[in-house]
Amino acid sequence: MTAESGIGASVRRKEDRRFITGNGRYTDDLNRPGQTYAFFVRSPHAHARIKRVDTTKASKMPGVVAIFTGKDVADSKVGGLICGWLIKSKDGSPHKAPPHPIIALDTVRHVGDQVAVVIGETLAQARDAAEQVQVEYEVLPAVVDPKDAAAKGAPQVHADAPGNLCYDWELGDKAATEAAFAKAHHVAKLDLVNNRLIPNAMEPRAAVAEYDFGTDSYTVWSTSQNPHVLKLLLCAFVLQVPEHKMRVIAPDVGGGFGSKIFNYPEETVCTWASRQIRRPVKWTAERSESFLTDAHGRDHVTHVELALDKAGKFLAMRVDTHANLGAYLSTFATSVPTYLYAPLLAGPYTTPQLYIEVKGVFTHTTPVDAYRGAGRPEATYLLERIVETAAREMKIDPAELRRRNFIPPDAFPYQTPVIQQYDIGNYHASLDKALEMIDYKGFPARRAQSEKKGKRRGIGFSSYIEACGIAPSAAVGALGGGVGLWESGQVRFNPTGSVTIHTGSHSHGQGHETTFAQIVADKLGVPIENIEVVHGDTDKTAFGMGTYGSRSLAVGGSAIVKACDKIVAKAKKIAAHMLEAAVEDIEHERGVFKVSGTDKSVNIAQIAFSAYVPHNYPADVEPGLDETAFYDPLNFSFPAGTHICEVEVDPDTGIVDIAKWVAVDDFGTVINPMVVEGQVHGGIAQGVGQALLETCVYDKQSGQLLTGSYMDYCMPRADDLPSFEVGMTTTPSPLNPLGVKGCGEAGAIAAPPALINAVTDALGIKHLDMPASPEKVWRAAQANRPRMAAE
Amino acid sequence: MYAFNYHRPGSLAEATKLIAANTEAKLLAGGQTLIPTLKQRLAQPGDVIDLGGIAELKGIKVEGGSVVIGAMTRHGEVASSAEVKKAIPALAALAGGIGDPQVRNLGTIGGSIANSDPAADYPAAALGLGATIHTSKRQIPADKFFTGMFETALEEGEIIVKVAFPAPKRAAYQKFENPASRYAIVGVLVAETANGVRVAVTGAAPSVFRWTEAEAALGKSFAAGALDGLKAKADGLNADIHASAEYRAHLIGVMARRAVAACG
Repeated sequence: MTAESGIGASVRRKEDRRFITGNGRYTDDLNRPGQTYAFFVRSPHAHARIKRVDTTKASKMPGVVAIFTGKDVADSKVGGLICGWLIKSKDGSPHKAPPHPIIALDTVRHVGDQVAVVIGETLAQARDAAEQVQVEYEVLPAVVDPKDAAAKGAPQVHADAPGNLCYDWELGDKAATEAAFAKAHHVAKLDLVNNRLIPNAMEPRAAVAEYDFGTDSYTVWSTSQNPHVLKLLLCAFVLQVPEHKMRVIAPDVGGGFGSKIFNYPEETVCTWASRQIRRPVKWTAERSESFLTDAHGRDHVTHVELALDKAGKFLAMRVDTHANLGAYLSTFATSVPTYLYAPLLAGPYTTPQLYIEVKGVFTHTTPVDAYRGAGRPEATYLLERIVETAAREMKIDPAELRRRNFIPPDAFPYQTPVIQQYDIGNYHASLDKALEMIDYKGFPARRAQSEKKGKRRGIGFSSYIEACGIAPSAAVGALGGGVGLWESGQVRFNPTGSVTIHTGSHSHGQGHETTFAQIVADKLGVPIENIEVVHGDTDKTAFGMGTYGSRSLAVGGSAIVKACDKIVAKAKKIAAHMLEAAVEDIEHERGVFKVSGTDKSVNIAQIAFSAYVPHNYPADVEPGLDETAFYDPLNFSFPAGTHICEVEVDPDTGIVDIAKWVAVDDFGTVINPMVVEGQVHGGIAQGVGQALLETCVYDKQSGQLLTGSYMDYCMPRADDLPSFEVGMTTTPSPLNPLGVKGCGEAGAIAAPPALINAVTDALGIKHLDMPASPEKVWRAAQANRPRMAAE
Repeated sequence: MYAFNYHRPGSLAEATKLIAANTEAKLLAGGQTLIPTLKQRLAQPGDVIDLGGIAELKGIKVEGGSVVIGAMTRHGEVASSAEVKKAIPALAALAGGIGDPQVRNLGTIGGSIANSDPAADYPAAALGLGATIHTSKRQIPADKFFTGMFETALEEGEIIVKVAFPAPKRAAYQKFENPASRYAIVGVLVAETANGVRVAVTGAAPSVFRWTEAEAALGKSFAAGALDGLKAKADGLNADIHASAEYRAHLIGVMARRAVAACG
């Protein structure tokens, strides 16, 4: 029964019945009686003083229920949005946290900043009236690039953040790093940009907020990856509503990639406004609004140096990064270019010294925050580009250079010089398997074949490590995080033996409804069709921290295992009574409770029935079979692996064709291989998107977003991608009960450097900033014509 | 979208009467440009005249040596037409490469040509094959039809009825797509016709144009090699975040050579 649906089985996703038949229920599908519609008036300027907002004409338009401006919000004493991770600068001072009003009060700081909201009986009426809201601006100079913003004389984003500096942070031992550099045989150097990305979840952000006067309470439906966290932020930090007076529901959510972690102005305004007008308020982003207001990702400008000895052993690395934080601090913005980035620069290598400096910089752009990988793609791109550069400069085979510097498999647990202690891994195994899968030995012949066709072929490596399963609460607290990062899980047996699992994590494409059911099917022998997973409703599930950072299985799954353990412990007592045996004599295996050494047994369904109909029941045991567990992880988990890709470049056009892609990942124990492969495919697609196609461009003078639609912002499509060859190696994590590590972001982390390493190899050049768009590649190909025949 | 009066005439005569009475009205063909423009509130016409109900604007015929396509014929119909595939395979292939299936099932040849989008494909076919545009008033040779960016020789109230493409000896179209929008950054149609070689370039400049130097070179020798060393001028070409004028000029040469090679 469970063999086909337990841990390790590629069970078809239970949730797909509703998704592929069009029966998913998303926030925008929901309509409440008396519902109104919000339409935001947004700034057309990147930086301007608001001289006047005149709503006189707009208020007289048909169907207008209310119009609110920044002044209305300020007058009602509503707080601004907060950033939940405190970063301390080198000098010990806390990061600068300028106000983030939910509607701009006197200044707009990026194109799309909200200036007013019009609430209408219909969306069209709200929109018509919004066009009649007259805003007088005094346009001010803008700055969009993080290095420009940090330069002297740059336009200031916030008066209370001089030099546009949010923080000037460091990690690692500077003196020891300098000393190691002094002894280096070779120093590889690179300047690179990690291009800014726009998340583009398929479902745009949306919210429906309803205030109930009778109970003085709110219900908010929102496209959130973490409804409990959103509720906490809305209640305790922004709107000053007691938490027992708010319910947040994140129903089916069509993709998040990090962009739906955060507390945004729009759902906050809707919630606040629903009380002002005592009617439900709905807002759904138009795609253009998504481009302008969803928190963007990446946007680093970095100088990196790697010191090596004669044998190619890494001695030290130093990194200087300017990270663009945008115009305001989004919910976890400060942590992404610091603690989620710098510790990962140790990578899978034994580099003994690292020193990283990061300047977090405000600009007149959309706020930047976590996006699939959040800090780890930035770290991995930097590290794998500089390692590749060093290999080329020292003429050492890139696979061999990595091998020489990998942490050996017998060195775990391994303490890096920058915070993290890796629990387990085998980096050599992934690299070796990937080399075999791609037929590395056959590469020169394939290159020759391509050259015969007038093409140039290159191969690129990426050996990554990432930190998932965020994270031990105490450790996070010590680093400035304002939250605990445990998870909750509840396993509730119904009287006839079926199970409802409640999880504090949230599925918005990950397949939790299947994977989590497989865990319980495996542990308790319940057929998977008799298990339902409930998530995304703060009134239904215990408080939980939600889904991001590939944490749901390692942390949320572990909570479910702990709840199963409690179920088993209680069920043993009930079984002992039913079987007239001592508790110590009861053995359990997959839902069957047996008296040791006999054939007397009862199954979990019989026990559940007895627990709910306790006619003949142990006196010292409570009725019911329903257990909740909270799990705080012992450490991060550390998925790792090697991706290798081969590209064929057309030097006449600059088109890069991905000829082969091999991914070998170590995710520890795999619950559902099909779901994991899907995550790897999707992650690589996003990584290829960043490396080849996607980039967010702002006009340097005006601060206008030039890539504000799919006409100019290039999302990867099926025909941009090859067939991926996916392999696995497995070192189960010893630190969580499932041995799992997390797989949601690996592809997006591993892919960009593999691709750029391959493109630069094909062109015989040192570096090319992402995306490797046709014109850039063509220019590089022209500048660096054919390689020597001897090579 | 703002409110407008919607008209759906049943005949060309009725349509010309409507547009004559209201010169500010917009003609709706396949709606692939007009509808998004209306949805984004970038246009506010008082009246929209939908040409979708006019039977005489639809259909494909081969007459003499020409393929004649009604203005309201969808791209998908041209792409899959056995007659077009037989008479001018390059035209069917070009139509099959416009946009995506949704666009091809709604967009029309008349709408595309009347819009004269600098990155559209059909203008390259019309100019490269030396088509004649038949309107409610007259016949206009393609060489005189495309007058600038989103500008044509069409007069107020003039409606395209059909487009006649003389079948060439051979022809091929090669397109370098914008990776994001998949519109042509550069599209080149090369045709060997009864009246000589024609090379039409779309995407690269404000309006489709003929690359006369290439025509002359190919007139002497119809082979890709004949274009070696020939460079299109970058002056006056489009430039945006995806492609500079210089890159577009280079791509014109590459696409032209590939189109010649594809002619077989």
